[in-house]
Amino acid sequence: MIPLSWYLFLAAGLFSLGLYGVLARKNAIAILMGVELMLNAVNINIVAFWRYLTPGNVGGQAFAVMVFAVAAAEVAVGLALVISVYRRRKTVAADEINLMKW
Amino acid sequence: MTVEQAVFLFTSALILFSGFMMVTRRNLVHAALYLIVALFGVAVIFVLLEAGFLAVVQVLVYIGAIAILMIFAVMLTRGDISKEQEPVNADFGWALMLAALFCFGLIILIGQWPAVNSQAPALSAETDTVFELGSALVSPDAYVIPFEVASVLLLAALIGALVVARPHKKSK
Repeated sequence: MIPLSWYLFLAAGLFSLGLYGVLARKNAIAILMGVELMLNAVNINIVAFWRYLTPGNVGGQAFAVMVFAVAAAEVAVGLALVISVYRRRKTVAADEINLMKW
Repeated sequence: MTVEQAVFLFTSALILFSGFMMVTRRNLVHAALYLIVALFGVAVIFVLLEAGFLAVVQVLVYIGAIAILMIFAVMLTRGDISKEQEPVNADFGWALMLAALFCFGLIILIGQWPAVNSQAPALSAETDTVFELGSALVSPDAYVIPFEVASVLLLAALIGALVVARPHKKSK
Protein backbone atom coordinates (compact mmCIF):
# COMPACT_ATOMS: atom_id res chain seq x y z
CA MET A 1 0.00 0.00 0.00
CA ILE A 2 1.18 3.49 -0.76
CA PRO A 3 1.25 5.94 2.17
CA LEU A 4 -0.27 9.37 1.69
CA SER A 5 3.12 11.03 2.12
CA TRP A 6 4.41 9.65 -1.18
CA TYR A 7 1.73 11.51 -3.11
CA LEU A 8 2.42 14.68 -1.13
CA PHE A 9 6.16 14.46 -1.82
CA LEU A 10 5.53 13.89 -5.52
CA ALA A 11 3.18 16.89 -5.62
CA ALA A 12 5.70 19.05 -3.74
CA GLY A 13 8.44 18.18 -6.22
CA LEU A 14 6.19 18.74 -9.23
CA PHE A 15 4.96 22.07 -7.85
CA SER A 16 8.52 23.26 -7.26
CA LEU A 17 9.53 22.29 -10.80
CA GLY A 18 6.58 24.28 -12.12
CA LEU A 19 7.48 27.21 -9.88
CA TYR A 20 11.03 27.19 -11.23
CA GLY A 21 9.68 27.08 -14.78
CA VAL A 22 7.36 30.03 -14.16
CA LEU A 23 10.04 32.15 -12.51
CA ALA A 24 13.02 31.31 -14.69
CA ARG A 25 11.82 30.73 -18.25
CA LYS A 26 11.97 33.58 -20.71
CA ASN A 27 9.38 32.39 -23.19
CA ALA A 28 5.79 33.24 -22.20
CA ILE A 29 4.50 29.88 -23.49
CA ALA A 30 7.04 28.05 -21.32
CA ILE A 31 5.76 30.07 -18.36
CA LEU A 32 2.22 28.86 -19.11
CA MET A 33 3.54 25.27 -19.24
CA GLY A 34 5.02 25.79 -15.77
CA VAL A 35 1.61 26.95 -14.54
CA GLU A 36 0.13 23.73 -15.92
CA LEU A 37 2.64 21.67 -13.93
CA MET A 38 1.73 23.55 -10.75
CA LEU A 39 -2.00 23.01 -11.34
CA ASN A 40 -1.35 19.30 -11.85
CA ALA A 41 0.57 19.11 -8.57
CA VAL A 42 -2.38 20.75 -6.82
CA ASN A 43 -4.75 18.25 -8.43
CA ILE A 44 -2.64 15.31 -7.24
CA ASN A 45 -2.86 16.71 -3.71
CA ILE A 46 -6.62 17.26 -3.90
CA VAL A 47 -7.33 13.77 -5.19
CA ALA A 48 -4.89 12.16 -2.72
CA PHE A 49 -6.54 13.91 0.21
CA TRP A 50 -9.95 12.89 -1.10
CA ARG A 51 -8.90 9.25 -1.38
CA TYR A 52 -7.08 9.01 1.97
CA LEU A 53 -9.03 11.29 4.30
CA THR A 54 -12.59 11.73 3.02
CA PRO A 55 -13.35 8.98 0.48
CA GLY A 56 -17.06 9.15 1.28
CA ASN A 57 -17.32 12.81 0.21
CA VAL A 58 -16.99 13.37 -3.54
CA GLY A 59 -16.23 17.08 -2.98
CA GLY A 60 -12.54 16.40 -3.53
CA GLN A 61 -13.12 15.00 -7.00
CA ALA A 62 -15.65 17.74 -7.81
CA PHE A 63 -13.05 20.35 -6.85
CA ALA A 64 -10.47 18.65 -9.09
CA VAL A 65 -12.97 18.86 -11.98
CA MET A 66 -13.30 22.61 -11.32
CA VAL A 67 -9.51 22.90 -11.44
CA PHE A 68 -9.59 21.24 -14.86
CA ALA A 69 -12.14 23.78 -16.11
CA VAL A 70 -10.20 26.74 -14.73
CA ALA A 71 -6.96 25.39 -16.21
CA ALA A 72 -8.57 25.06 -19.63
CA ALA A 73 -9.92 28.63 -19.45
CA GLU A 74 -6.57 29.95 -18.22
CA VAL A 75 -4.56 28.34 -20.99
CA ALA A 76 -6.99 29.45 -23.72
CA VAL A 77 -6.89 33.10 -22.64
CA GLY A 78 -3.16 32.98 -21.88
CA LEU A 79 -2.23 31.59 -25.28
CA ALA A 80 -4.55 34.09 -27.00
CA LEU A 81 -2.70 36.88 -25.18
CA VAL A 82 0.68 35.43 -26.18
CA ILE A 83 -0.36 35.15 -29.84
CA SER A 84 -1.78 38.68 -29.78
CA VAL A 85 1.44 40.04 -28.26
CA TYR A 86 3.52 38.11 -30.80
CA ARG A 87 1.48 39.56 -33.65
CA ARG A 88 2.11 43.14 -32.51
CA ARG A 89 5.60 42.99 -31.01
CA LYS A 90 7.17 39.98 -32.81
CA THR A 91 8.36 38.59 -29.49
CA VAL A 92 7.18 36.13 -26.86
CA ALA A 93 10.01 36.80 -24.39
CA ALA A 94 8.35 37.76 -21.13
CA ASP A 95 11.03 40.28 -20.14
CA GLU A 96 10.63 42.18 -23.40
CA ILE A 97 6.89 42.64 -22.86
CA ASN A 98 7.38 45.53 -20.45
CA LEU A 99 5.04 48.24 -21.71
CA MET A 100 3.09 48.25 -18.45
CA LYS A 101 6.15 47.81 -16.24
CA TRP A 102 6.51 50.58 -13.70
CA MET B 1 7.32 -3.81 -2.32
CA THR B 2 3.94 -4.30 -3.87
CA VAL B 3 3.07 -3.82 -7.51
CA GLU B 4 1.24 -0.57 -6.70
CA GLN B 5 4.31 0.86 -5.01
CA ALA B 6 6.52 -0.10 -7.95
CA VAL B 7 4.10 1.51 -10.40
CA PHE B 8 3.91 4.61 -8.22
CA LEU B 9 7.69 4.95 -7.92
CA PHE B 10 8.24 4.44 -11.64
CA THR B 11 5.50 6.91 -12.56
CA SER B 12 6.64 9.59 -10.15
CA ALA B 13 10.24 9.25 -11.35
CA LEU B 14 8.92 9.65 -14.90
CA ILE B 15 6.80 12.69 -13.94
CA LEU B 16 9.62 14.45 -12.13
CA PHE B 17 12.12 13.64 -14.89
CA SER B 18 9.82 14.97 -17.62
CA GLY B 19 8.97 18.01 -15.53
CA PHE B 20 12.66 18.73 -15.12
CA MET B 21 13.31 18.26 -18.82
CA MET B 22 10.30 20.48 -19.60
CA VAL B 23 11.60 23.44 -17.65
CA THR B 24 15.16 23.10 -18.94
CA ARG B 25 14.78 22.34 -22.67
CA ARG B 26 15.64 25.14 -25.04
CA ASN B 27 13.45 23.82 -27.84
CA LEU B 28 9.86 24.55 -26.86
CA VAL B 29 8.38 21.74 -28.97
CA HIS B 30 10.50 19.26 -26.99
CA ALA B 31 9.36 20.98 -23.78
CA ALA B 32 5.73 20.55 -24.84
CA LEU B 33 6.30 16.84 -25.58
CA TYR B 34 7.86 16.37 -22.13
CA LEU B 35 4.83 18.20 -20.71
CA ILE B 36 2.62 15.57 -22.37
CA VAL B 37 4.65 12.77 -20.75
CA ALA B 38 4.30 14.44 -17.33
CA LEU B 39 0.55 14.92 -17.79
CA PHE B 40 0.16 11.29 -18.78
CA GLY B 41 2.06 10.28 -15.64
CA VAL B 42 -0.38 12.33 -13.57
CA ALA B 43 -3.22 10.41 -15.25
CA VAL B 44 -1.57 7.17 -14.08
CA ILE B 45 -1.37 8.63 -10.56
CA PHE B 46 -5.12 9.33 -10.72
CA VAL B 47 -5.71 5.69 -11.66
CA LEU B 48 -3.64 4.62 -8.64
CA LEU B 49 -5.84 6.89 -6.49
CA GLU B 50 -8.95 5.14 -7.89
CA ALA B 51 -10.23 8.32 -9.54
CA GLY B 52 -10.85 6.80 -12.95
CA PHE B 53 -13.03 9.61 -14.26
CA LEU B 54 -10.34 12.18 -13.48
CA ALA B 55 -7.72 10.04 -15.23
CA VAL B 56 -9.83 9.98 -18.39
CA VAL B 57 -10.53 13.71 -18.15
CA GLN B 58 -6.82 14.32 -17.59
CA VAL B 59 -5.97 12.58 -20.86
CA LEU B 60 -8.84 14.24 -22.75
CA VAL B 61 -8.54 17.79 -21.46
CA TYR B 62 -4.88 18.16 -20.60
CA ILE B 63 -3.21 16.04 -23.27
CA GLY B 64 -5.94 16.27 -25.90
CA ALA B 65 -6.70 19.97 -25.61
CA ILE B 66 -4.26 21.95 -23.50
CA ALA B 67 -0.98 20.35 -24.60
CA ILE B 68 -2.04 20.42 -28.26
CA LEU B 69 -3.01 24.09 -27.86
CA MET B 70 0.45 24.71 -26.40
CA ILE B 71 2.10 23.06 -29.40
CA PHE B 72 -0.03 25.15 -31.77
CA ALA B 73 0.96 28.33 -29.93
CA VAL B 74 4.64 27.32 -30.01
CA MET B 75 4.45 26.79 -33.75
CA LEU B 76 2.53 30.03 -34.38
CA THR B 77 5.22 32.01 -32.55
CA ARG B 78 8.09 30.01 -33.97
CA GLY B 79 9.93 32.90 -35.60
CA ASP B 80 11.06 34.02 -32.19
CA ILE B 81 12.53 30.74 -30.97
CA SER B 82 15.65 30.76 -33.12
CA LYS B 83 16.42 34.27 -31.92
CA GLU B 84 16.07 33.24 -28.32
CA GLN B 85 19.63 32.58 -27.22
CA GLU B 86 19.10 31.76 -23.59
CA PRO B 87 16.01 29.85 -22.40
CA VAL B 88 16.14 31.37 -18.92
CA ASN B 89 16.14 34.99 -17.84
CA ALA B 90 18.89 36.75 -15.93
CA ASP B 91 17.39 36.07 -12.51
CA PHE B 92 17.15 32.31 -12.90
CA GLY B 93 19.52 31.76 -9.97
CA TRP B 94 17.03 33.39 -7.65
CA ALA B 95 14.25 31.33 -9.18
CA LEU B 96 16.25 28.13 -8.66
CA MET B 97 16.97 29.04 -5.05
CA LEU B 98 13.35 29.97 -4.36
CA ALA B 99 12.01 26.78 -5.93
CA ALA B 100 14.53 24.61 -4.04
CA LEU B 101 13.76 26.37 -0.74
CA PHE B 102 10.04 25.96 -1.41
CA CYS B 103 10.49 22.26 -2.14
CA PHE B 104 12.54 21.63 1.02
CA GLY B 105 10.09 23.66 3.12
CA LEU B 106 7.17 21.62 1.80
CA ILE B 107 8.98 18.33 2.41
CA ILE B 108 9.82 19.32 6.00
CA LEU B 109 6.25 20.48 6.62
CA ILE B 110 4.81 17.25 5.18
CA GLY B 111 7.21 15.19 7.31
CA GLN B 112 6.03 16.90 10.49
CA TRP B 113 2.35 16.30 9.81
CA PRO B 114 1.08 13.38 11.97
CA ALA B 115 -1.47 11.92 9.52
CA VAL B 116 1.11 11.64 6.78
CA ASN B 117 1.63 7.88 6.87
CA SER B 118 -2.05 7.03 6.87
CA GLN B 119 -3.15 4.30 4.51
CA ALA B 120 -6.05 4.61 2.13
CA PRO B 121 -9.30 3.30 3.61
CA ALA B 122 -10.80 0.66 1.37
CA LEU B 123 -13.63 1.88 -0.82
CA SER B 124 -16.69 -0.21 -0.14
CA ALA B 125 -17.57 -2.51 -2.99
CA GLU B 126 -20.95 -0.97 -3.84
CA THR B 127 -19.74 2.66 -4.01
CA ASP B 128 -19.40 3.83 -7.59
CA THR B 129 -17.32 7.01 -7.39
CA VAL B 130 -18.07 8.01 -10.99
CA PHE B 131 -21.80 7.73 -10.33
CA GLU B 132 -21.46 9.68 -7.07
CA LEU B 133 -19.39 12.39 -8.75
CA GLY B 134 -21.86 12.70 -11.59
CA SER B 135 -24.87 13.04 -9.34
CA ALA B 136 -23.02 15.45 -7.02
CA LEU B 137 -22.17 17.71 -9.95
CA VAL B 138 -25.82 18.15 -10.96
CA SER B 139 -27.52 17.86 -7.59
CA PRO B 140 -28.94 21.16 -6.24
CA ASP B 141 -27.74 20.48 -2.69
CA ALA B 142 -24.20 19.65 -3.83
CA TYR B 143 -22.15 21.23 -6.61
CA VAL B 144 -24.58 22.34 -9.31
CA ILE B 145 -23.78 26.05 -8.91
CA PRO B 146 -19.98 25.66 -9.24
CA PHE B 147 -20.65 23.35 -12.18
CA GLU B 148 -22.79 25.94 -13.98
CA VAL B 149 -20.40 28.77 -13.10
CA ALA B 150 -17.58 26.70 -14.59
CA SER B 151 -19.49 26.44 -17.87
CA VAL B 152 -20.07 30.22 -17.89
CA LEU B 153 -16.35 30.68 -17.18
CA LEU B 154 -15.45 28.43 -20.12
CA LEU B 155 -17.79 30.35 -22.42
CA ALA B 156 -16.31 33.66 -21.25
CA ALA B 157 -12.80 32.30 -21.80
CA LEU B 158 -13.78 31.13 -25.30
CA ILE B 159 -15.18 34.52 -26.31
CA GLY B 160 -12.36 36.37 -24.54
CA ALA B 161 -9.70 34.33 -26.30
CA LEU B 162 -11.36 34.98 -29.66
CA VAL B 163 -11.53 38.73 -29.01
CA VAL B 164 -7.97 38.94 -27.73
CA ALA B 165 -6.40 36.89 -30.53
CA ARG B 166 -8.38 38.56 -33.34
CA PRO B 167 -6.09 40.31 -35.83
CA HIS B 168 -5.61 43.97 -35.09
CA LYS B 169 -6.88 46.31 -37.81
CA LYS B 170 -3.66 48.29 -38.06
CA SER B 171 -1.48 45.22 -38.40
CA LYS B 172 -3.12 44.18 -41.66
